[in-house]
Amino acid sequence: MSVLELSGVRYRYAGATDWALDGLDLALEAGEVIGICGANDAGKSTLCLVAAGLAPGAIGGRLEGSVLIGGTDSRELAPYVAAQRCGILFQNAATQLTGTTATVWEEVAFGPRNLGLDVAAIVERVGWAMTLARVEHLAERQPDRLSGGQAQLVALASVLALRPAVLILDEPTSQLDPAGTTLVGETLSGLARDTGTALLVVEHKTDLLARIADRVIVIGAGRIALGGAAGAVLGDPRLVELGVAPPAAVRLRRLAEESGVGPGLRQGLGLGLEA
Amino acid sequence: MIELKGISHVYPGGSRALDGVDLRIADGECLAIIGQNGSGKSTLVRHLNGLLRPTEGAVLIDGMPTAQMRVVALAARVGLAFQDPDRQIFASRVRTEVAFGPRNLGLRGAALETAVAEALGATALADDGDRNPYDLGFSRRKLLALASILAMGTPTVVLDEPTTGQDLRGVERIQGIVANLAAAGRTVIAISHDMRFVAESFSRVVVMEAGRVILDGTPANVFAEANWAALAGTYIEPPLPAQIGSQLGLGSTPTDASLVDALVRRSA
Repeated sequence: MSVLELSGVRYRYAGATDWALDGLDLALEAGEVIGICGANDAGKSTLCLVAAGLAPGAIGGRLEGSVLIGGTDSRELAPYVAAQRCGILFQNAATQLTGTTATVWEEVAFGPRNLGLDVAAIVERVGWAMTLARVEHLAERQPDRLSGGQAQLVALASVLALRPAVLILDEPTSQLDPAGTTLVGETLSGLARDTGTALLVVEHKTDLLARIADRVIVIGAGRIALGGAAGAVLGDPRLVELGVAPPAAVRLRRLAEESGVGPGLRQGLGLGLEA
Repeated sequence: MIELKGISHVYPGGSRALDGVDLRIADGECLAIIGQNGSGKSTLVRHLNGLLRPTEGAVLIDGMPTAQMRVVALAARVGLAFQDPDRQIFASRVRTEVAFGPRNLGLRGAALETAVAEALGATALADDGDRNPYDLGFSRRKLLALASILAMGTPTVVLDEPTTGQDLRGVERIQGIVANLAAAGRTVIAISHDMRFVAESFSRVVVMEAGRVILDGTPANVFAEANWAALAGTYIEPPLPAQIGSQLGLGSTPTDASLVDALVRRSA
């Protein structure tokens, strides 16, 4: 059974006349990493909200088709059950942080505490999540006095601490420095491989998706415009017209071919130009 | 001319975000600030329009210390688009949001309408003037935050991670805006983690680590192999063309174009 399954999904925000998602099928298996990319306003963030059961559950709107989270229709799941099965990291970390805690440690503990876990389990989970997200050194800091990138990592830790079977991440590295992006990528790959967590990762950084995703889906106008194995999709020439920047290696290889310096550039194959 | 003279900033609670920064930015420069998360980049730029005042040292705008300038005078000289647009946007209509800044600088009537229309046009929001900002997606709220700064027509424009959340065309649009500002002789200062954007769109790169400036030069200088260890220390990876150029012994080639040029020269 897929841990997350969308069938014939259409979704329209309350008051909107257009469908933000317009006929979308997707199945995510345990331990699988699916990368989602697409132009702005293609429906990527809406897909995240719908897949996590927040739309229509928490924000209203009209859903057609079905979203099964751990085998149960999202419309039949109580919010606290949905949250344990499927965690979501919002695009804007400031939206994610509760604003009710005095330290980063307490912020990460917020979720586990609300699951009613005992103290030892909470301490264990918070330590685990903060180590994974590499924010241990921020434990005593105030959540509202973090830099943008630090806040994003703390928000990630707070979702990891819920240990959901499915993690939906809406641009998890958008505010991170390049090495931080690489580290988060390694963390996510390790999480999928070692714990069987299934990941749905929205990213404009196709270089990151090339490293971590098993499959990549390109969304266009609320539908799947392109989908398949990560290498094939990210090397597809249609990517650019769908508003997606190809990975740097793909871009350079193409440029080299166009400018006739391909042979010279191919010496740089050790740097991933084979893509 | 913007001058930072030995500025430090210690936030209440004791964290030292800036630790003795000296920087001179001439009029018309196009400068990117890069560095690890938490290295002080956003804190630094908030000193340029008086949102923050240094706890040590001085910030001079055209020779005048910001400590002696009123916020309205600073706002007319330095526009700052925030990293998080939701901390900037407050109006219930896109057009009202964009008009707020220039109106406060004294623009009225046709001049105000022109400034708003041009800013909305540059950010591809011309058709969204009557919408509620919160009906726009995140990436377009970022563009709206940028539009409301552009509309002010300040001599200096500061952009805090402008390409975050933008798709391919969005990044190209922002590159176009930066190029137009630079061509018009305005000073552009941007914080970014997007090394391709940094290498292609800026003539000067300032690298920060732990509240200090550790490197300062052209993209070719800063991304040269000799600096990779220093860059790694502040979580920066050089752009791929720089890595390939080095591998092939072509010198420092931080952009696609410079790499291809170097290859063409070598094969000629």
